[in-house]
Amino acid sequence: MRVQCEPFLFVIGSTVRLSDLPKGALAVVDRVDDAHANDPIAQRLRDLGFVDGESVQVVACAPLGADPLLIRIGFTRFALRRAEAARVAVRSEVAA
Amino acid sequence: MSADALRIALVGNPNCGKTALFNLLTGGRQKVANYAGVTIERKEGRFVAPSGRMLQILDLPGAYSFDAVSPDEQITRDVLEGNYPGEAPPDLIVCVADATNLRLHLRFLLEVRRLGRPVVLALNMMDAARRRGIVIDVAELSRRLGLPVVETVAVKRGGAQALVERVDGELPQPSPAQADDAASRADLHAQVRELLAATVRMPRQTAELDDALDRWALHPVFGLAILAVVMFLVFQAVYAAGKPMSDLIGDGFGWLGNHLATWLPAGPLQGLVTDGLCGGLGTVLGFLPEILVLFFFILVLEESGYLPRAAFLLDRLMVSVGLTGRSFIPLLSSFACAIPGIMGTRSITDPRDRLATILVAPLMTCSARLPVYALLIAAFIPSRAVLGMFNLQGLVLFALYAAGIAGAMLVGWVMKRIRRDRSEHALLMELPSYRLPKVRDVGIGLYERSMIFLKRLTGVILALTVLMWALSSFPAPPAGATGPAIDYSFAGYLGRAFAHIFALIGFNWQMSLALIPAFAARETAVAALATVYAVGGETAAGLGPALASHISLASALSLLVWFAYAPQCMSTLAVIKRETDSWRNVAISFGYMFVMAYVASFLTFQIASALA
Repeated sequence: MRVQCEPFLFVIGSTVRLSDLPKGALAVVDRVDDAHANDPIAQRLRDLGFVDGESVQVVACAPLGADPLLIRIGFTRFALRRAEAARVAVRSEVAA
Repeated sequence: MSADALRIALVGNPNCGKTALFNLLTGGRQKVANYAGVTIERKEGRFVAPSGRMLQILDLPGAYSFDAVSPDEQITRDVLEGNYPGEAPPDLIVCVADATNLRLHLRFLLEVRRLGRPVVLALNMMDAARRRGIVIDVAELSRRLGLPVVETVAVKRGGAQALVERVDGELPQPSPAQADDAASRADLHAQVRELLAATVRMPRQTAELDDALDRWALHPVFGLAILAVVMFLVFQAVYAAGKPMSDLIGDGFGWLGNHLATWLPAGPLQGLVTDGLCGGLGTVLGFLPEILVLFFFILVLEESGYLPRAAFLLDRLMVSVGLTGRSFIPLLSSFACAIPGIMGTRSITDPRDRLATILVAPLMTCSARLPVYALLIAAFIPSRAVLGMFNLQGLVLFALYAAGIAGAMLVGWVMKRIRRDRSEHALLMELPSYRLPKVRDVGIGLYERSMIFLKRLTGVILALTVLMWALSSFPAPPAGATGPAIDYSFAGYLGRAFAHIFALIGFNWQMSLALIPAFAARETAVAALATVYAVGGETAAGLGPALASHISLASALSLLVWFAYAPQCMSTLAVIKRETDSWRNVAISFGYMFVMAYVASFLTFQIASALA
């Protein structure tokens, strides 16, 4: 289980999956990738505000298998399963 | 009248207070709670504005986007676009937004604005926003949006004053209609960000209190422990707080029956009043306190915002048994009654998850089963302390609820194994801010529930009780009969015929007979048993002792298990038909539950008999 709050260092100019972001680390959304053509889940994520430049943070992980994740995006909290969070690419906040 | 009424639709993101506003405007008593997807249907109400104009208000389910993903979001989109059958598009759209959570709410407003209809923005929960130090430049927001913006506090009397004045005035100019396509949708977020930057100042992104509470409530270890303790306390409280009041009501009706018996002439009428009405209905009415205690806790949990957290904690577990975290809230409301539970599944986006939830919802012990459980537990399980702090009766009750949950998990798991569709389905669930439950909302909920219960009691349960009494009393035994009179009645014959089916699971003919009216309403099993034993002249000391002297412990346990799994009442089957539009699903749920109940009761009876 990934439960850590140490500062997380991004390689400048690179992105990581939101599902790989350590708990507590701040990041901004880069983009949402479709898992397949016409991915309705990816479209929904975009509608819910997972768009370029939005600040995002993993706030909590559920007890069983650290899935789902509690994500703070802007000033809303969304519960996302890991597979959903994996569609979101995030980058370092400062490098935005 | 309705032709010249101004038609106003309330729309907005889930959980922004549309229904609270609706109730405040129309004096309605629609259910409000603190999670997304409470309102699942269009609701209509009307009121007369100060100008004397009739306003017709339409409360619609919450939606995040016009790209609807669930049946309830679809209703909202169809009504707004004028595609809802038999419903003209509204004259005015009031877009309700949670002032503490404007980002997504404003985005939806921008989508609504593109319809090209008159729109007013109501910034709701302004009191909470001020408490959090959020400052909104309303005039600037209104100017940039090009539409009127009013502040509201839907949970306070007079909190919609500004909105009423605004909608009572002239209709605002609509914005030009715009087409909806993917590129322009992506653009909406950018517009929102610009709006927020120019008009809203927030000291921090989320409420400090929410973050602090979530650190505990969502903690991997403490979170689960808190959830378990909360659930356990609820069921203990049902027994501890409800029981004394139930006993009082039961005693009262016993006393009333005895007094009426001395007044009325001996004969069929006396039997109906004392045995059927006081004995049967009185016993059922006695369980109202327990039901209200259960509802009190469910309402408080719903209002607090804790339920979506519980759904978050349990999502993985529920996925492993073929459900989803989103199933949690409909399943929890099924503890009250499976009907609102099944209707609540409309907020589950995925049809497969939704059907699975509908099929297992009746396994959650509904409040109508509580009288049956409470009666049998009081009669057969000794009231003694276990481990110094728990009551054995409370523990058995908890075990029955747990049996229902375990059954649902088993059924969900089996369904998951059978079905072929293994595609991915999303959770994507918003967690609301915590809120202190409002006394008024909980009060309304309890009042509504009491009224439903009393209507059932004076309607279907009364009718069935009178019918059971008539069946048990007629025909009179032939001259020279030696056995008890009831053995010669219709009820006696019917019961014995049914008893053949249920002999293997330990039911006597009285119990078998009581199952028939229980199919119409669960509580009637208690009234029916009371009536049958009363007519048989066995309940001098009350129904509990009468049962205890005629039924073995094994049979009683078997009956308890039967009620945990047995096919649900007719109304539930009717709702499954309506919600899934399929007789096949009705047949599946009736069939699997009958088999499950029979097998479980058979095992219980045989094992308990062997051990006794």
